Amino acid sequence: MTTPQPPATAERSPARPSAKRDRRSWTGWGFIGPFAAVFALVFLAPIGYSVYLSLFRDQLIGGTTFVGLDNYQQALQDDQFWASLGRVSAFLAVQVPVMLLIALFVALALDSGRLYGKDFFRISIFLPYAVPAVVATLMWGFMYGSQFGLVGDINDALGVSLPDPLSTELVLASIGNIVTWEFVGYNMLIFYSALRVIPHSLYEAAEIDGAGQFRIVTAIKLPAIRGALVIATIFSIIGSFQLFNEPVILRDLARNAITTDYTPNFYTYSLSFDGQQHNYSATVAIVMGLITMVIAYVVQLRGMRKGA
Amino acid sequence: MSSPATTASPASLPARPPAGTSGSAPRLRTPRTKRHSPGRPRRSVLLTVLTGLVVLYALVPLLWLVISTTKTQEGLAGSFGLWFDGDFALWDNISTTFTYNDGVFTRWLLNTLMYVGLGAGGATFLAVLGGYALAKFAFPGKRAVFAVVIGAVAVPGTALAVPTFLMFSKMGLTDTPWAVIIPSLISPFGLYLMWVFATEAIPTELMEAARIDGAGEVRTFFQVGLPLLAPGMVTVLLFTMVATWNNYFLPLIMLKDPDWYPLTLGLNSWNAQAATAGGEPVFNLVITGSLITILPLIAAFLLLQKYWQSGLAAGSVKE
Amino acid sequence: MPMNTRRLLRGIGIVCALGLGATACGSDEGGSSQKQVSAENIQAALKKGGTLTVWAWEPTLKQVVADFEKKYPAVDVKVANVGTNSDAYTALSNAISAKKGVPDVAQIEYYALGQYALTKGLDDLAPYGADKLAGTYSPGPWNSVTSGKAVYALPMDAGPMAMFYNKKVFDKHKVKVPATWDEYVEAARALQKADPKVYIANDTGDAGMATSMLWQAGSRPYTVDGTKVKIDFSDAGARKYTETWQKLLDEKLLAPVTGWTDAWYKGLGDGSLATLTTGAWMPANFTTGVKNASGDWRAAPLPQWTAGDKASAENGGSALALPALGKNKELAYAFTEFANAGEGVQARIKGGAFPATTADLQSDAFQNAEFPYFGGQKANKIFAESAANVADDWSYLPYQVYANSIFNNTAGKAYISKTTLAQGLKSWQDASVKYGTEQGFTVEK
Repeated sequence: MTTPQPPATAERSPARPSAKRDRRSWTGWGFIGPFAAVFALVFLAPIGYSVYLSLFRDQLIGGTTFVGLDNYQQALQDDQFWASLGRVSAFLAVQVPVMLLIALFVALALDSGRLYGKDFFRISIFLPYAVPAVVATLMWGFMYGSQFGLVGDINDALGVSLPDPLSTELVLASIGNIVTWEFVGYNMLIFYSALRVIPHSLYEAAEIDGAGQFRIVTAIKLPAIRGALVIATIFSIIGSFQLFNEPVILRDLARNAITTDYTPNFYTYSLSFDGQQHNYSATVAIVMGLITMVIAYVVQLRGMRKGA
Repeated sequence: MSSPATTASPASLPARPPAGTSGSAPRLRTPRTKRHSPGRPRRSVLLTVLTGLVVLYALVPLLWLVISTTKTQEGLAGSFGLWFDGDFALWDNISTTFTYNDGVFTRWLLNTLMYVGLGAGGATFLAVLGGYALAKFAFPGKRAVFAVVIGAVAVPGTALAVPTFLMFSKMGLTDTPWAVIIPSLISPFGLYLMWVFATEAIPTELMEAARIDGAGEVRTFFQVGLPLLAPGMVTVLLFTMVATWNNYFLPLIMLKDPDWYPLTLGLNSWNAQAATAGGEPVFNLVITGSLITILPLIAAFLLLQKYWQSGLAAGSVKE
Repeated sequence: MPMNTRRLLRGIGIVCALGLGATACGSDEGGSSQKQVSAENIQAALKKGGTLTVWAWEPTLKQVVADFEKKYPAVDVKVANVGTNSDAYTALSNAISAKKGVPDVAQIEYYALGQYALTKGLDDLAPYGADKLAGTYSPGPWNSVTSGKAVYALPMDAGPMAMFYNKKVFDKHKVKVPATWDEYVEAARALQKADPKVYIANDTGDAGMATSMLWQAGSRPYTVDGTKVKIDFSDAGARKYTETWQKLLDEKLLAPVTGWTDAWYKGLGDGSLATLTTGAWMPANFTTGVKNASGDWRAAPLPQWTAGDKASAENGGSALALPALGKNKELAYAFTEFANAGEGVQARIKGGAFPATTADLQSDAFQNAEFPYFGGQKANKIFAESAANVADDWSYLPYQVYANSIFNNTAGKAYISKTTLAQGLKSWQDASVKYGTEQGFTVEK
């Protein structure tokens, strides 16, 4: 059955004589060594350094002092941090399902063979993923502008007054829209290619049994790509919790509605870059990393249990 | 059912992944012609229209981009975004993009190609090696590897930027291409995909056979493993290419010399100059430059997409 | 004028005396323990040559570098645009933290200088002879770069404020060009009434603009005495500003368009933004960025709080400084002086920059220059007068970069909710106080 957890599959391989395993244990490290070394350099060492930093406080006046876990205590009581976490949680609850459902729908549609111009559809939907952030700013600046942009033009042309997408109330949804726009294609491709390799004998058997298309989707296709769904969900959760680029981009246009503590990642950024509070920034990042890990782990466990 | 032909000629990329050992032949790569053999499904207008809506959603903002490349800086600000302006300035914009600031755009383009070549290429290679190790070898600490990777990825990167900068600075790497390339070498998603793909695509029996023939581990990897992993590699390569191509945040912190800028950073500096005293707004060049930046990615996509399906698919589906 | 930058920088001496700073304290009471660098030393260094790294985003420096390298062929100047304002400060701060890759010369805006001076990130330029340049610059910019006897940077450009207005729009709707802020509000109403698409100006909350407005209104919210800081947005000047601006906000008379965006350039070009109050460096941006409105715009003095006054303030403007960890000091100083006090100034004026040097401001050629963009108007007369009328007792916070970064989080609420501007400024004040306290300043509210 499908699982998102490779070790489970890896362990299917037959047990080997222990002498050989010892030999392999070194061989295995030989192959993963390069990845591990670079990973240690660019991820683990900075994280270790951050953990170290999080135990200190550096002031413009007064220099650096050891403060133990004070920064953590401060983070746990930091309203700005919790508000930002609440915001990305709300975002996560709405945007991720919407995005994944659209991606899934398109993937199923492409896979069904019932579309005209399938190849065109596939690349078109993937394209937004390739657009660099700088351009996205200009583009969405135009789309969302209620003064001179598309929204404004529509208002003028139709004599309506659409709500301002950059207002405090709507801006989170507007960010969600951009993220969805960017990543529908990415997730669609993951799902689509998962669908492509389901043995078609299964469909044929089902058709002979009188199952309709909808039944085939729910009974065969979806269970078969559960692994892809779980992976996509985990990476989307991490992505949502680390939401950064899009609010930063949109802030150029809505700088009052999007505060510099809008998301946890934005908050750590402004602490570190605007405020030179590297120690506290590191602390918030570590707390955030732990929270994200726990949630990703829970999702993975649930996905595994259902899939097993 | 092994595939000696593949083992014998590792050069014949892309190799067709072997069907596995249990006889479920069409699992990894179903020939399209075999789909729904008893008669192709009817094309559905409704489904096409619904999917078309998603396409529209994806393309309308890009339409703005394409139309905007045909406008002058003044036309850009002064005309409706989703329709053409009087002057058709596309060719002019393209040539100005390549000649502005003494033709620095070309330099940025070449830098980006280098970063993508070394960064994405290297990331793919490391992911392949790592995935192969995770899939095919038992070694102490193996269970912890992916947990550590996911855990590290979960820490917000912006907070790690300054520590990373300080470390790289001590190592003398800042303001050199290495500061961009080395971090690009890590693709956690790539590692995951290669892990699952290698588990599926390389029959352990084949490796054993190679070892019995006296091949060392390195040779076994290059002659048996690598050819079979080609489709998965291409998948990872595409993802890492897009990621490296659009990499912005880290180069921003690491690089100070515009001669090493990648396109994203260069375009951003053009964009930012509109907001400085005496700076000339060149939004038209930023937009044209961006379109030019996207084109190679589209080309890569079209070129690689035929490998895509089998590659990603193995990463997500097992029976 | 109780509080000014002099006091601020004298305070730095106190920090050093207490040995609190992480880096060595070079100067004391503005006096300098740095070695004197004679003109001969500098000449010798120029002859010997070398490579100079300059971090700046100022476009006119390109010509200056070319001229400089022509005059001193042994010197190779590398200018890197490492980002604009806050990006540049991030880069500079990171390099200083790493003690590596620090540029020899860096462009720093006046509002950000205090932080680097306070943390001993910059060299005192007085020992190089910069103290003798005191009379060269107009008082506003000079005050921003000095502290007692110490000189932390040489002013590159200045931003004495003026009001630019779209004459065509005012003429078309027969609205009087405002000379006071009350008239400004009247004009805003009249223009909106005549054409709902026309706004008197855009404003979505901008820290630099707000502090400049306060400066002109006579408010002095920041009082800095070494590590003692006082922040207060409730003085009479601040009230004048908030009350007037509140009217504009309440009646939705300001276009919700953020400055420097594509939409903003569009608004300046198509007549929907009728005025722009900003620094005198703006004409260059008009000429290159709003070409299609050439001839429509004119310059005028800043509207006044009291009819007949001539109060002005600075907006923007930056200086070149020598980071303490940079190298090639003699060359760096020689370049800085060349660019900001010597031959470079003329080249930069030609390139559209607005000078901080009195001689240039007062010269006939400068004052009588006609701006074709402004219909042949001799706009420099207005700008030079504004420069002379800038009150020089303004002080920024020693952590203004951070304070500005949170302006929209706090005061910005006035632009999008029922929070008043006065309340918004109060919460900006509170957040700034909180940060200052965390950073070890003694903050009085």
